[in-house]
Amino acid sequence: MKIHEYQGKALLARYGVAVPQGEAVFSASEAAEVAERLGGRVVLKAQIHAGGRGKGGGVRFAEGAVETARIAAEMLGMTLVTAQTGASGRRVSRLLIEEGLEIENELYLGILIDRSRQRPLVMASAAGGVDIEQVALDTPELIHRLHIEPGIGLTAFQARRLAEAVGLKGEVARHAATFVQRVYEAFLETDASLVEINPLVVTETGAVLALDAKVSLDDSAAFRQPEFGDLRDPEEEETLEIEASRHGLNYIRLDGTIGCLVNGAGLAMATMDVIKLAGGEPANFLDVGGGANPDQIRSAFRILLSDERVKAVLVNIFGGILRCDILAEGVIAAVAELGIGVPVVIRMEGTNVEAGKRMLRDSGLSFTTVDEMDEGARLVVELANGV
Amino acid sequence: MAVLINGQTRLLVQGLTGREGTFHARQAAEYGTAVVGGVTPGKGGGKHEGWPVFDTVESAVRATGADASVIFVPPAGAADAVMEAADAGLGLIVCVTEGIPTLDMVRALDFIRGRACRLIGPNCPGLISAGQAKAGIIPGHICQEGNVGIVSKSGTLTYEAIHQLTRLGLGQTTCIGIGGDPLIGTSFVDALQLFEQDDETHAVVLIGEIGGRAEEDAAAFIRESVSKPVVGFIAGQTAPPGRRMGHAGAIISGGQGTASEKITELASAGVTVVKSPSGIGAAVAEALSGSGG
Repeated sequence: MKIHEYQGKALLARYGVAVPQGEAVFSASEAAEVAERLGGRVVLKAQIHAGGRGKGGGVRFAEGAVETARIAAEMLGMTLVTAQTGASGRRVSRLLIEEGLEIENELYLGILIDRSRQRPLVMASAAGGVDIEQVALDTPELIHRLHIEPGIGLTAFQARRLAEAVGLKGEVARHAATFVQRVYEAFLETDASLVEINPLVVTETGAVLALDAKVSLDDSAAFRQPEFGDLRDPEEEETLEIEASRHGLNYIRLDGTIGCLVNGAGLAMATMDVIKLAGGEPANFLDVGGGANPDQIRSAFRILLSDERVKAVLVNIFGGILRCDILAEGVIAAVAELGIGVPVVIRMEGTNVEAGKRMLRDSGLSFTTVDEMDEGARLVVELANGV
Repeated sequence: MAVLINGQTRLLVQGLTGREGTFHARQAAEYGTAVVGGVTPGKGGGKHEGWPVFDTVESAVRATGADASVIFVPPAGAADAVMEAADAGLGLIVCVTEGIPTLDMVRALDFIRGRACRLIGPNCPGLISAGQAKAGIIPGHICQEGNVGIVSKSGTLTYEAIHQLTRLGLGQTTCIGIGGDPLIGTSFVDALQLFEQDDETHAVVLIGEIGGRAEEDAAAFIRESVSKPVVGFIAGQTAPPGRRMGHAGAIISGGQGTASEKITELASAGVTVVKSPSGIGAAVAEALSGSGG
């Protein structure tokens, strides 16, 4: 789960990580108040779950309450398009107002789990403030990597060596080492999957601060991190995706016209692939899970069909744990209740498949059933195209 | 022959008394697996469905001689269950549980490193040796004894592959679902190594998905060390970058982990990569006839 910059900074600050003074606001008048309190030059930062904000006009500067209010009014409600938002962009409804700082040096710090080494990886670079993925491609030697032994953690000497490696010396290096250790502690304690501070800055007075913070949290840890719920921003998520997760369904909206209802993530991805191979475009990814019940199937249909771009639906189920007769029951109930107006192609295989097919046939509803996935894809693409 | 699990395996079920644990313990026993008992903290000393229940894996092993375990413990306690099984000396640990916090898995994987055990999963369907035994949730009735090994990140795609093979009369040795999480105990490379050494396995099906570098590592290993024909499929060829497609590991980030990169690598290592999962069965049949297997 992604969270906003201001939320990430608040989490980090709790572990003693220095961040600029500032506050999140939802209106121009609040922005003016905060600017007044901070005094001097302030920076206004649009809070959306995507990077590259600077180039799209999502980061601006102002002096004093009046100018801050004027710029805040321009920014709030705007649709910000960045390299990471996609063409449709994101609506800005929160701003972070922060003190302007005199910066001497911009560095990079990132912590994540290295899946191949199966342990936390701390990355630091003197090349901060720029696209770090580009740095990694062009000049990988500028990124210093340190794998952490889970039982030991990030030691003081490792933190000092990292500070030295990015070119810091003396008192500033000592501050930076402490800073890195605190960020690591925050990473562990908040069950983060990513903490990225780009840039990490050294000010003219030698202070070390997180000028930006990108924090992602591990959804699987929500049961022991009660705050996760409050940090979620529904405006950043598709309504249908939220609705789906409430029913234990995994749904991702895409741009096509063919609705997919599948059990299992791998099979769901493969179903999207065969639709594309057959010349169609999937409208969504939808995994009903291994043990879906008739209620979930009904919810899945409702969610699929609330996307008005859907012209036909392909159901692809391999009944292992989920039996085909249970699936058929769910599909029939859903179609009867919702009165589905688009063609539905059903491909099912596995446990009790004959009983399932018989139920579909006897239901009097107009399904098309097929035996093979490729055949199903071909047919659903034809139907969606109105052939 | 088969790999990892067979008719001699003595299987313990951690989380036996839960709904999932009970259901799949029964299924495993019906398939012929020697299920010897269960572990549910707080319920030790009792019986469940005829099986003895223990408070700890250690006492269960002492009493039953178990040498493998399958875990159906809820996410909050699952990583601990893995470590407990490893500490009790079990050689095979299959963790079906989905949604274990990543940092818990980091610790568990660190704990089992250097101990003589193999972890399958977590968040996986487990494994089955056709006609012999199973640990996990792969339906037994779709399998048939034979000479094809399967290793897969995905559950239902594994069933799909098994079903196609069985329908073509191509049985399986062992089918292993390694799981789609970013942190897992057994990789494609580990499984390929086992199949390469297994005389009964004549061909291998490898089912991957977007995200990570496990398929690329597998390709490198196949190029160097696998003599048997391998048929591959990669799910997520049309998945958009940056979106997590169900499995926590299935995400394309920073241009890495795309299906096309994986397909190219596998194909250049000599793997027959099919475009649609429907093609898996036929491709295996052809590979086997070509290799004289």
